[in-house]
Amino acid sequence: MPDLSPDAWTAIALSFKVAAVATLWGVPVSTVLALILARGRFPGKALFDGLIHLPLVLPPVVTGYALLLLLGRKGLIGAFLDQHFGIVFAFRWTGAVVAAVVMSLPIIVRAIRLSIEAVDARLEQASGALGAGPFATFFLVTLPLSLPGILVGATLGFAKALGEFGATITFVSNIPGETRTIASAIYTASQSPEGDGEALLLSVIAACIGLAALVASEVIARWFRRASS
Amino acid sequence: MIDVEIHQRLGGFQLDVDFSGDGGVTALFGPSGSGKSSVIKFIAGLTRLRSGRIVVDGAVMADGEGRHVRPHRRRIGVVFQEARLFPHLSVRHNLRYGRLFTPRGQRHIAEGPVIETLGIGHLLDRHPSTLSGGEQQRVSLGRALLASPRLLLMDEPLASLDAPRRLEILPLIEALRDEFGIPIVYVSHAVEEVVRLAGKVVVLEGGKVARVGSPTDVFRVAADRFEIMSVIEGRLGPPNGPFQLTPVETPAGIVWLNGLVRPLGREVRVLVHATDVALATRRPEGVTIRTVLVGTVADVPDGSGPSVTVDVALDGGSHIAASVTRAAVAELDLKPGRPVFALVKSVALDERPL
Repeated sequence: MPDLSPDAWTAIALSFKVAAVATLWGVPVSTVLALILARGRFPGKALFDGLIHLPLVLPPVVTGYALLLLLGRKGLIGAFLDQHFGIVFAFRWTGAVVAAVVMSLPIIVRAIRLSIEAVDARLEQASGALGAGPFATFFLVTLPLSLPGILVGATLGFAKALGEFGATITFVSNIPGETRTIASAIYTASQSPEGDGEALLLSVIAACIGLAALVASEVIARWFRRASS
Repeated sequence: MIDVEIHQRLGGFQLDVDFSGDGGVTALFGPSGSGKSSVIKFIAGLTRLRSGRIVVDGAVMADGEGRHVRPHRRRIGVVFQEARLFPHLSVRHNLRYGRLFTPRGQRHIAEGPVIETLGIGHLLDRHPSTLSGGEQQRVSLGRALLASPRLLLMDEPLASLDAPRRLEILPLIEALRDEFGIPIVYVSHAVEEVVRLAGKVVVLEGGKVARVGSPTDVFRVAADRFEIMSVIEGRLGPPNGPFQLTPVETPAGIVWLNGLVRPLGREVRVLVHATDVALATRRPEGVTIRTVLVGTVADVPDGSGPSVTVDVALDGGSHIAASVTRAAVAELDLKPGRPVFALVKSVALDERPL
């Protein structure tokens, strides 16, 4: 069993950090978006839906490039954030988080949306008749009842964020210790003549993590199904 | 106190309703599609009122000129056909849900008496999915009540339950009405429920108010003889155990109920279909019918069909309708003022439909 280089360990640790932070940001944002999509009625909803799902169908490079144009130091939003708040995403690990959030958003939103749509709207009506306003109803009824979907979405989103490559490398490049995640590390290793062993090992690790996340989300879903029946 | 006036088109359906209700139970009665549930939605605020006025307890909930208090600010409780309990909360937390949103000074309904009246004390730690349909609806009644609403709307709360369950819940609604003094608007298409609960009945037909009045008055008039019913009030007497009968004592005579009904001395209303009543000019002998009521013919309507509905004023003031053939009317010479005996087949009287 070949040993992993310190750089590879750094990449694994960074990947977990990026994926964890991306999930922490992605889940609340996705919940709000999912709620809008599940319960909202407004013109342009299909377009809004399409925009959220766009990263799913675009080549990841395009998403990464779009992030670069928008959030890069000279980008439309990036320049503003840099000047006024000193926030920089380009070529930082935080940029990798942004890329991971954008790429995992469609998956998380979809899981949560299905879960919210499965919540009986008549329960929300009953909550209203008991005096609860829309916010209280959301937090006391809709959210708890959508919890399975939220956890499943979070697990899948975490796995997706761990494996994100195309948008990340395009947006924040492949800087060891800063933006080199597992996927970038595999890519780097596979490009060097003596890196085959490490690439293989990292690939196996990535596959194991992904599989574990998928199994975990299935277990969570099954557990809730059993608890609610 | 509630005043409702609605003039609004809903799809292809024109709703024109105007009625008021006082402290007790006001029943909205009518066939499905008559607009009952639409009226409830307007009162609850689930549908926006564009023309009309809804006033509860002196507070304007909606008028045609843009005022629309949002549903959760109306403090109007709703009991739906399905219990709609929150599946992720225990019975206890379901019951306390409404209290969270009731201003402190207005929480005038206490948990203890409600739980006791509804008999749900042993269910508090259970989850809704483990309750039977009847238990769920009892909890749902308690939950609505514990928000201390100024008005309770009940939209066919018994419709999804089977007959024994209905018999179990109906007395509880009666008890809630009598103990907690919250005005109730009760929607139903079941005559038996309406007769038992309501002080006032608003009959809706095709989106309009067809008749308004006490249950006794309202159900004496109906287009179809099978729908004509009389309500007779009386007091439960000591049951006849060996024969499984219970007498209801009325000034016009004893009405025999099938089965043993308690408690002794309780005031009850008995519902009699006009088609189950026969008339005799002499007290009959040698018949199986047990219930014979004394009265005089009040009205014999003109008609050209085979049967007519004769109105009999019973001793003591109540009325009973009898659907009889015109041939019999002619032979017995039934006309207003003529003393008669109203014969009711005992088997038709039973508390089960109640």
